[in-house]
Amino acid sequence: MIEQYIPVFIVIIVAVIFAVATVVMSKLMGPQRPNSEKESTYESGLKPIGTTNERVSIKYYLVAMLFIVFDLEVIFVYPWAVQFKKLYSQIGISIFFSMLVFLVVLELGFLYVYKKGGFKWD
Amino acid sequence: MNLYNIIFYLFAAITLVSAFFVVTTRNVIYSAFNLLLTFFGVAGIYVLLGADFLAVVQIIVYVGGILILLLFGVMLTNKIVNVQIRTGATQILPATIAVGAFSGILISLLVNTEWKKVGTALPGASTTANLGMLMMNEYILIFELLGILLLVALIGAATIARK
Amino acid sequence: MGILELAIITIVKILIVLTLVLLTVAYLVYFERKISAWIQNRIGPNRVGYLGLLQPFADVLKLLLKEDIVPTVSNHPLHALAPMIALFVAFSTYAVIPMGPTITLFGWQIPLAVADINMGILYVLAITSLGVYAITFAGWSSGSKYSLLGGIRSSAQMISYEISMGFSVGGVVLLASSLRPIAIVEAQSGLMWNAFIQPIGFITFLVAAFAETNRLPFDLPEAEPELVGGYHTEYSSMKFAAFFLAEYANMIISSALIVTLYLGGWQIPFIERLNLPVGLTVALQVGAFCFKLAVLLFFFIWVRWSIPRFRYDQLMSLGWKVMFPLSLLNIIWVAILIMVFKI
Repeated sequence: MIEQYIPVFIVIIVAVIFAVATVVMSKLMGPQRPNSEKESTYESGLKPIGTTNERVSIKYYLVAMLFIVFDLEVIFVYPWAVQFKKLYSQIGISIFFSMLVFLVVLELGFLYVYKKGGFKWD
Repeated sequence: MNLYNIIFYLFAAITLVSAFFVVTTRNVIYSAFNLLLTFFGVAGIYVLLGADFLAVVQIIVYVGGILILLLFGVMLTNKIVNVQIRTGATQILPATIAVGAFSGILISLLVNTEWKKVGTALPGASTTANLGMLMMNEYILIFELLGILLLVALIGAATIARK
Repeated sequence: MGILELAIITIVKILIVLTLVLLTVAYLVYFERKISAWIQNRIGPNRVGYLGLLQPFADVLKLLLKEDIVPTVSNHPLHALAPMIALFVAFSTYAVIPMGPTITLFGWQIPLAVADINMGILYVLAITSLGVYAITFAGWSSGSKYSLLGGIRSSAQMISYEISMGFSVGGVVLLASSLRPIAIVEAQSGLMWNAFIQPIGFITFLVAAFAETNRLPFDLPEAEPELVGGYHTEYSSMKFAAFFLAEYANMIISSALIVTLYLGGWQIPFIERLNLPVGLTVALQVGAFCFKLAVLLFFFIWVRWSIPRFRYDQLMSLGWKVMFPLSLLNIIWVAILIMVFKI
């Protein structure tokens, strides 16, 4: 079973080499004539004002938190989905309801966040 | 299986070295990146142990989710990047004693435990199918309770984000 | 098959697929420009070579010889790391996509996918979830406001659509009872294509694929009028090319994934009734895969030049309020179909 992962391992090594080589190439091939104008950040041709150390909206944080919860939910769906046909022929419809209950419980949370205005971007 | 040993040590080295940098580096973002490598290394070791589903979940949940949350947290916090986040060393003597005692216990456990070897063969069939079987039969109650736990997490997240 | 043989076959396969992907990227850019010109009633590139066919190579050479400019205020290591992550993601996801049936060559059973693993589909999802880092790091490390805004917008967008993508795949897994891409393709024999059986899942996956590849109408991270270049504003030379390459490679890979999951992969319906020789069947099937891929790629380009960009709040509410519930419904729909019709 492990043998099937050897190609994946090789693919990952090749991808890393390829990625590093491309970026290194950009340093080697092009000319190097830096000046302070070139190396300042782009701000529509004006001198940059302030830094980027600004705080971002809390909304992004909420999205990331919601993502983790629903991502876990997705992960739990896969083992069930793989076995669904087999278990349905063995146990019957209860296998459907056990996942439905799981999904509905989480969708209650989804509705709560929705009602609280968690998905409003203003 | 010499090749697998080499791969194992490679992943182990990635995990250990990057974990070391997670703790020692002074920049939070570098710390986060090294944590990514640590998770990746651990996922590789899971694959070698035949737990491929766990490895993929490790990457999807920890790397794709929790670490992103961490990065957002860093970006949300004003000027945290330029601050030296390292507490000074205080209480050196008690800490040394405590750490020494704890590592002594761990090492003695490591040496004295009779490690079981369950043969060299790894589970051949799809691990996902086995997991699904277990989840829907023996651990069905825990599975549904997990749904409720996640619901609580969801409500908590919504409450925190609303000031 | 010994490990050494496996490794050699894999490396040969990687070289072939990598060359194909790179060539396709080069000509995808060319066709994107030609098709956009055609849609907008222009001529498009026609100077370099016959019909401008050598244009992609001229572009690459030009980018190679450009100066690599790194802003002084940027975080240099992360600035270099971000395009590496983008390329890594783009050039490791193709591994599990099957381009044809298993063939027998020199006495070996060779599946026409670089890696035939049980976790195939989850492997793709896991690796694409790394793509967020490329954009977040690029945006954060550049030290430019446009980059930062583009980066953080994009990462929130990508993780939002990953959810509906994951659930849509759940429906496919239900029908195939496996996470192996080859098994998923084989489950869609005849006209049992998932696009017909679960149209909702097909649409949610398609939309999520557009969002994950940051293509119009979801190209908020690089919305030119407001964010200049978005997360790659401060990138030049091959580092810029790396992001560009990764975007197009991701487009190819997600199209290939859509073909595999929903459009029957390499299969041609009812080809077995024609009693063709095995070699010809395989060649036709690989051709069918390429044809389906090309149609989807054309669709990607067509949409880009036809539909205007979403506003950010519209994008996020579409993802969470529409696509997410729809993809959940799709799972329930497929489960009911299986129970009623015993597919």
